Amino acid sequence: MADRVLIVVPAWNEAASIGDVVREIRAELPAADVLVVDDGSRDGTADLAKAAGAIVSRLRYNLGVGGAMRLGYRYARNHGYDAVVQVDADGQHDPRYVPKLLDGLAEADIVIGARFAGEGGYTVRGPRRWAMVLLSRVLSRITGTRLTDTTSGFRATNRRATELFASWYPVEYLGDTVETLVYAARRGMKVRQVPVAMRRRVAGVPSHSPMKATVYLVRAAAILVLAAVRR
Amino acid sequence: MRLAITTGVTGLLLLVVILELLRRRQLREKYAMLWIGFAVVALPLAIFPRLLDGLAGVLGIANGASLVFFLAFLFLLFVCIHLSWEVSRLEEETRSLAEGLALLKTEVDQRGPRDG
Repeated sequence: MADRVLIVVPAWNEAASIGDVVREIRAELPAADVLVVDDGSRDGTADLAKAAGAIVSRLRYNLGVGGAMRLGYRYARNHGYDAVVQVDADGQHDPRYVPKLLDGLAEADIVIGARFAGEGGYTVRGPRRWAMVLLSRVLSRITGTRLTDTTSGFRATNRRATELFASWYPVEYLGDTVETLVYAARRGMKVRQVPVAMRRRVAGVPSHSPMKATVYLVRAAAILVLAAVRR
Repeated sequence: MRLAITTGVTGLLLLVVILELLRRRQLREKYAMLWIGFAVVALPLAIFPRLLDGLAGVLGIANGASLVFFLAFLFLLFVCIHLSWEVSRLEEETRSLAEGLALLKTEVDQRGPRDG
């Protein structure tokens, strides 16, 4: 396990869950620092996170997960952390898996906590499933390793990858997960995945609309094509 | 003749609006030059639409007016693309600033008194 670890929690209007999420991370990982990046929330997310004991950085207006994460990576770089772990604010990522992700950094620059790698129950069907299959096939090829859950926001990066993401991290939807993997792999970063179980969200509901799923599929394809031709 | 008056007056009005915006410092020079250039080219064509008939014939376009429409369309398309590019750049710049500001504020909070 790396020596100095920063847990970055991007949060946008997550008042319902952020307090518990921060407290749980701090209980499970007492040695790690927790940075909550409040992405322009209007529901007191920042205050709740601070009360729960997190370091809080507030963006004046909503940038999207990518903006919040780049801020987190910049913070980690400036303070010389050895590893950064992204944990979602909705409570679906179990902090007990963080050490497992960090262990993976021994042989990779980026470690993804993947839902479908044998652990935990999680099923999707239809266009959303096709999008996930498409993404994992293409990204597995590009990164040279088997990836099954490319859009997972449960990720650990070592110093090298943190440095890279501190200077470049896209804000576009899906860009923050998919495009970053392509970009990092192209620059010689090693990507690995470890199996994790995801939990039901503490707050909020996942979308199941077929229309949205189709839009998602189209966007996934578009972002792959863009990532492939972009420099 | 009446057509020439209609289009000519429109062109003149456009030029006046641009000059006035520029005079009030509401328009950056680089954009003003673009539109003044556009107005200066468009104005004579508005008054004498037959001016480009010769060139239109060479390009296989029926008449000068059609050529003007074609060029105007291309020009506006180019301006739109340019503006999209500018907006993308500006968004990236404001994003960097927003991140930097949040970062600085966090540093200050950590160093300064806790009640601040």
